[in-house]
Amino acid sequence: MTMRNEAFITGIGQSEIGRKLARHPLLLTVDAVKEALAEAGLSIEQIDGVSTYPGRVPQMLGFSPVGSDELIDALGIKAKWYAGGGEISSQLGAIVAAASAVRTGQARHVICYRTVYEAGAMANPAEYPMMRRDRVDGNSQWTAPFNALSAATWVAQYAMRHVKKYGLTREQLAQIALTDRANALLNPRALVREPLSMDEYLSARMVSDPLCLYDCDRHSDASTVLIVSAGDAIDEVRCTPVRIAAMAGSVDRHSWDQAEWMASYATGRDLWQRTDYTPADVDTVQLYDGFSFLALTWLEGLGFCEVGEGGKFIEGGSRIALDGELPLNTFGGQIAAGRLHGFGFAHEAVVQLRGLGGERQINGDPKVAIATSGGGPLATALLLARDA
Amino acid sequence: MRALPRLDSLNRDFWTGGEHGELRIMHCNDCDGYIHPPRPVCRHCLSENVSAKAVSGRGVIDTYTINHQAWHPKMEVPFVIARVALSDAPGVIITSNIIGCSVDDVDIGDEVSVVFEQQDDVFIPLFEKVK
Repeated sequence: MTMRNEAFITGIGQSEIGRKLARHPLLLTVDAVKEALAEAGLSIEQIDGVSTYPGRVPQMLGFSPVGSDELIDALGIKAKWYAGGGEISSQLGAIVAAASAVRTGQARHVICYRTVYEAGAMANPAEYPMMRRDRVDGNSQWTAPFNALSAATWVAQYAMRHVKKYGLTREQLAQIALTDRANALLNPRALVREPLSMDEYLSARMVSDPLCLYDCDRHSDASTVLIVSAGDAIDEVRCTPVRIAAMAGSVDRHSWDQAEWMASYATGRDLWQRTDYTPADVDTVQLYDGFSFLALTWLEGLGFCEVGEGGKFIEGGSRIALDGELPLNTFGGQIAAGRLHGFGFAHEAVVQLRGLGGERQINGDPKVAIATSGGGPLATALLLARDA
Repeated sequence: MRALPRLDSLNRDFWTGGEHGELRIMHCNDCDGYIHPPRPVCRHCLSENVSAKAVSGRGVIDTYTINHQAWHPKMEVPFVIARVALSDAPGVIITSNIIGCSVDDVDIGDEVSVVFEQQDDVFIPLFEKVK
C-alpha cells in the first residue's frame, strides 16, 4: 500500500477541561477545532468531513450536547461525508470511520470530535434536562431493576473475577490511578492536579467492590478534536502527520450484563494481526481508563502481558511511569485529566509522537503509540506511527 | 423502589412469570437453545420457532460486586449485584441481586436459587444462596 491510501491524524486540539464551565459546549468544540486547524495549517474551507461519537443525545444532553450536523452548520462546513452515532465500536470508532472515509476517497480532511458537558449539564438542569421515562427498556431493563445503575457496578464484576481468579490486589490496581494522578501534575490542562498517595487510595471509600472512588473518572466539560487526513492530501498540512498504522474494534454482546468477557481482548488480538509492528515496538500506551480496571485489561488484551498477569505487570508502578519502559496515560488518563470520553487517549498519543508533551514528554524519540477506547462490551484500538 | 421494565410482547414472560413462581426464559423449540434477552429468533440456529419456557431457577454466581454507592438518595447500601449463570439454560446469564445473606457471604461459584419480588405488575427475579 502506498502512503496515498493511508489515513493520517494531522491537527489536534482540545478545549479547556473543567467542571461546570460557563462556556457553551458548542463553543468548547469550536475552541478545539480552531486549535486543531491552526496546528495543521488548514482552513475551515479545506474541511470536507465531520465524524463524532455518539452524536447528539437529546435524552442525556450533557453526555453528548453537540451533533455533527450542528457543528457543520455552525462552522459553514461543506461536508462530503459525515457520521455520528453510538452504535459503533466505542468512542474512537468515530476515528475508524473517518479513516475509512479518507482511504476510500470520500473526504480529504475530517474533523473528528468528542464533546462532553456532563458536569455543566448537572449544574443547569433547566437547560439540560434529563429525560426520564416511567419505565426502562432496551439493555437498561436487564440492569436497572437490580440497582446496577452505573457502569462502575458492571466493570466491578469483571474486576472481581481478576481478584478471585488471578489474585489482583488493591495495591496493584492502585497503580493506574496513582500513575494517572502523577502524570496529570505535569499536564496544565488536566482536571485534577493533586498527587495521590497509596495510603489515600487504600483508605478511599468503596464505590463498587473492588473499585473505589479513585478508580473512577469524573464528569467533565471539554471538547477534543483530531483531524483525520487522506494520504494524498497530506502535503496540504503543516504539522507532522501521524499514520494510523492499524485499527481494530469489536462487539459481541452489546449489553454489559450479557458480555461474557471484555471486548479489549478480541480487539487487542485483532490489532496485531493487521500490522507488522509488535508490542515491543510500542513507545507509549494511552489506554481507556474510565475505570482503572479497563486500562489493566487493555494491557493484557494488547499482549503486553498474559491474561491475568496485569496486576503483576503494573505492580509498583515503575514500568508504566513516565520514565518507565511503557509509559501509560501520560496526560493523566480520564481519571485525572477528565472524562474526555475516549478521544483524550488518541490526542495524547499524537502529542507524545510529535514530542510536544512539554514537562510530561516521554524520553527518547517515540515513534509508535497505541490509543484505545471502551474495553467492556465494546472496544476500539488504534496503532499510531510517526514515520519521519 | 426499583426501576421497572416497560413490558412488551417479548419480555413479558420473563418479567411476569414470577406470578406463577416460574423463571421463564425464551427457548428454541428446534435446537433446544436458550435466548436471553428474549428475541423472536434463536441466536443459535436462527429458527423463529421460539417461546418462553420455565427453567428451574437454579444457578451459579459467575461473578459479583458489593455496591457501596447510593446512586439515588433512597437507595439502601451495601448490596450485592451478581451475574448468575442459569444451571439449566446454558449460556444464559442474568444480572440480579443476591439477597437473604450478608454481603460478605457471597462468592463466585456459589449456588443460588430464584425468588421473586413483586413491584406493581412486575415480578423481579432475585436470588438466594442455596443452603
